Amino acid sequence: MAISAVSATTLREAPPPRRQRLLEDERWLAFVLLVPTIVLLGMFIAYPFIRGILLSVTSSRVGMPGDFVGLANFYKIFNDGIFRTSVYNTFVYTGVTTVFKLALGLWLAMLLNRNFRGKAFTRAFILLPFIIPTVLSTFAWKWMFDPTFSVLNWLLYHFGLITGRINWLGDPDLAMISIIVVNIWRGVPFFAISLLAGLQTISPELNEAAAIDGAKPWQRFWHITWPLLLPVTMVVVLFSVIQTFADFQIVYVMTGGGPANATHLFATYAYQIAIGTGLLSEGAAIALAMFPVLFLVVIIQLLYIRRVEVR
Amino acid sequence: MGQVVLKGINKFYESVHAVKDVNLQIRDKEFVVFVGPSGCGKTTTLRMIAGLEAISSGDISIDGNVINALAPMDRDIAMVFQNYALYPHMSVYDNMAFGLKMRKFERREIEKRVREAADILGIGELLKRKPRQLSGGQRQRVALGRAIVRHPRVFLFDEPLSNLDAKLRVQMRVELKKLHLRLGTTAIYVTHDQVEAMTLGDRVVVMKDGVVQQVGEPLELYNQPANKFVAGFIGSPAMNFATVTVTEADGSLIAENSGLRIKLPDEIAQRLRGHVGREVILGVRPEDLTVASSADLDHPCFDAVIEVVEQLGSEILLDMKVGESNMVASVEPTARVRVADKLRVAMRRSRLHVFDAQTEAAI
Ligand SMILES: Nc1ncnc2c1ncn2[C@@H]1O[C@H](COP(=O)(O)OP(=O)(O)OP(=O)(O)O)[C@@H](O)[C@H]1O
Ligand SMILES: [Mg+2]
Repeated sequence: MAISAVSATTLREAPPPRRQRLLEDERWLAFVLLVPTIVLLGMFIAYPFIRGILLSVTSSRVGMPGDFVGLANFYKIFNDGIFRTSVYNTFVYTGVTTVFKLALGLWLAMLLNRNFRGKAFTRAFILLPFIIPTVLSTFAWKWMFDPTFSVLNWLLYHFGLITGRINWLGDPDLAMISIIVVNIWRGVPFFAISLLAGLQTISPELNEAAAIDGAKPWQRFWHITWPLLLPVTMVVVLFSVIQTFADFQIVYVMTGGGPANATHLFATYAYQIAIGTGLLSEGAAIALAMFPVLFLVVIIQLLYIRRVEVR
Repeated sequence: MGQVVLKGINKFYESVHAVKDVNLQIRDKEFVVFVGPSGCGKTTTLRMIAGLEAISSGDISIDGNVINALAPMDRDIAMVFQNYALYPHMSVYDNMAFGLKMRKFERREIEKRVREAADILGIGELLKRKPRQLSGGQRQRVALGRAIVRHPRVFLFDEPLSNLDAKLRVQMRVELKKLHLRLGTTAIYVTHDQVEAMTLGDRVVVMKDGVVQQVGEPLELYNQPANKFVAGFIGSPAMNFATVTVTEADGSLIAENSGLRIKLPDEIAQRLRGHVGREVILGVRPEDLTVASSADLDHPCFDAVIEVVEQLGSEILLDMKVGESNMVASVEPTARVRVADKLRVAMRRSRLHVFDAQTEAAI
């Protein structure tokens, strides 16, 4: 006892080295702990973002720094027909796929939430489209949609539904449908597994209570399951919308934006202009044009999520 | 009306035989309590009546109609769950109104019934709140309210008080009893607490391992337990048991083991004629043991050493060593006793129980 008491007092009396004193100040400590995050976010998010903004107001090209041109690039792209098509495509692509992904994902999640043999295996299996690298699976899909080798055509032909070949990726509308299908296929597992996790937090007793209270199955879904799942649903939709809106890989691999620039999205068109054509500043302007829309989506949904959670 | 009949009810969960051949007639307006240790199949039985669990074999009927195939909503029952199962996103009012809305009651009628129930339960002030803004006791009342607004034929309760603290539990128990007297609706109540069972039930069903052990009024179970399990389960502190050998001497029967040798009273001796030379289990409740005085000469007595004295105020519990075994006696608070005292203890003659050593059934 005596010994430890003595050592405690000596410790307090000896002035600690300067560095140690700084770390004992909470504000400094907090700052030190935050530094790695700040550096990472700064390097990989803030810097490219600001760089993009700066680029978009110049006339830079590959190998040419260019001059400040104000909003000329934006003015130019808003008068560009392909850009307008890309905007339209992006909205259609995001809207249609999100609706289908949500509906199918929810349906799958409800099925998986039941008890059946081989449940664990099925749940793991469902995740496959999500696990396979997108580029790989998209190549497989491209093969399936290929006019000559298409499995789809073969099946349809053998069932007598079609007589000639369908050129899936050669027709603007069919090409759009094709990439939408691939995106849905690729996105459903994320919805299904996330919503399943949400469903599992809802006590089965609530559904039983509602069943006794006289609610039919769809009424139970509408009055109990859906409202209780809504916060999870909103978060999942938010993630998905952001990802789909800025999607690149599927379109790039499947159609490259073709035929005749008919299936470009923001990201693929920005890439084509900036890297393909070398008009860096214009590409930056196209990519930046996404920002206000996504920002709005995030704000609206976050506000909504907060409202739902406060209930 | 609300007469419930269970006929040969069985429940299998794959290999588990959870409920075994339960037969029971529940009369209209009766308050029946299922009681038994954890895992004995009480909840399963209740859920089969509610329609939440399929019946493996047997028939359940309400007012003469077999309801095996009816969905829960068509059985005209209401259930109160252990964890309340209140809809978290709805107000108290909407929670109580939900069942009526689903059944397409008129708005005015819904409002009238909800107000009525809220008045009975004293939750009129809380109607606008969400369940998570309520205390456990208030949630319990809302769950009750949700059941009573429907005016069902039968109430089903699955351990509705087990999440409340001890004091509130006693208070809610009384309120439940009053509520039942007031509404007169048939009630089936599941609990593992024998005090709740004894105080609430018009009749009590004791279960063990899926088998009904005894059905009867509370005092009947207390005074004439059908077997050793019921005898030990009902009553607190639990009944004392001693395995004894029955011998005959001078025309009367003696029960004997290492620390005990008593002459059996005539009523019991008659029933044990066939057991001479064999072992039986003797049972006596702590409250039927007293410190022997000269007035107890005609009661069976034995010697004991006190090991622990538990002062409860209204009574004293004595943990005693009797030969090799232990017994508990509940004696008058005025008794002057200390640890290690040697005592002569008397058993109230008319309150002895005997059970078969093999089957454990009462003899
Ligand atoms: N879904 C199920 N699958 C398999 N076995 C089950 C299932 N539900 C219950 N059982 C088994 O059936 C038996 C009876 O269970 P039950 O829930 O009816 O017990 P209980 O009497 O209500 O017990 P407690 O007092 O703990 O609630 C137990 O052995 C239990 O393990
Ligand atoms: Mg139970």
